[in-house]
Amino acid sequence: MMKDQEKKKQLLEQVDQYGFAMDDILLYLDTHPDDRHAIEYFRCVQKSYHDAVKDYESVSGPLTYDHESEDVWNWIEGPWPWEGEETYVEI
Amino acid sequence: MWKYEKRLQYPVKISRPNAQMALFIASQYGGPDGEMGASMRYLSQRYAMPYNMAKAVLTDIGTEELAHLEIVAAIIHQLTKGLTAQEIKDSGLGAYYIDHAAGIWPQAAGGVPFQATEFQSKGDPITDLFEDLAAEQKARSTYDNILRVVTDPEVCDPIRYLRQREIAHFQRFGEALRDVQEHLDSRNFYDFNPAFDKKS
Repeated sequence: MMKDQEKKKQLLEQVDQYGFAMDDILLYLDTHPDDRHAIEYFRCVQKSYHDAVKDYESVSGPLTYDHESEDVWNWIEGPWPWEGEETYVEI
Repeated sequence: MWKYEKRLQYPVKISRPNAQMALFIASQYGGPDGEMGASMRYLSQRYAMPYNMAKAVLTDIGTEELAHLEIVAAIIHQLTKGLTAQEIKDSGLGAYYIDHAAGIWPQAAGGVPFQATEFQSKGDPITDLFEDLAAEQKARSTYDNILRVVTDPEVCDPIRYLRQREIAHFQRFGEALRDVQEHLDSRNFYDFNPAFDKKS
């Protein structure tokens, strides 16, 4: 169980890191749309980001509701992002 | 349209609650230079923007500000988690608690509620982009003010991240402004408002 949590945390860190690289290169490309090196960099980060999302979702729930792939509705499962590491008991 | 991605743009994991810090940081949720004003400013301004580069910059930075709004809320939420009413009262958050308990509501650190008058949407590309440049610096200053009083490294870490993004956004708005000016007559950028006047 603990191992699962650790794995999820690690995989989410990957999503966050590649996700940030995406967010940052997006703004650069908006104002430098002709920079071919930046577009190459975007391609590379885009692939890593999509792979990281897939890896994370395979051990955790969907990151966006349209990635829900099972017959049970995992989307509502917590913890939600703002809750940090709180283990929260629903009443 | 927008679709929720179920993660924070930058992680927030705070283990020591602190109601006073929560009240200070609440200013970046709904205060005069906070993330609510930032996101609403950029997402509102883009409709009058006649040029594609600035439309993209306003859309994408406005979207990122919504993610920052969520990070600030997560910090406040975690800083007030598990506090008793007495602890809240003793820390200076008592007046906020009476109206909101530990709920998130947009106000400045001094209690002034969020108001749309904290940002402009002037319908003039040069005016709006200069406001955006100033807004990024004002938000950066507020984060610097917060960093002088926050000592918990778990709180400082996401605040430093948000501060750095203000600087990145300032750079991009500067580039968008230069692009707008390149569309205009360099002898007089103010000859007409490209979002409103028909050029004769």
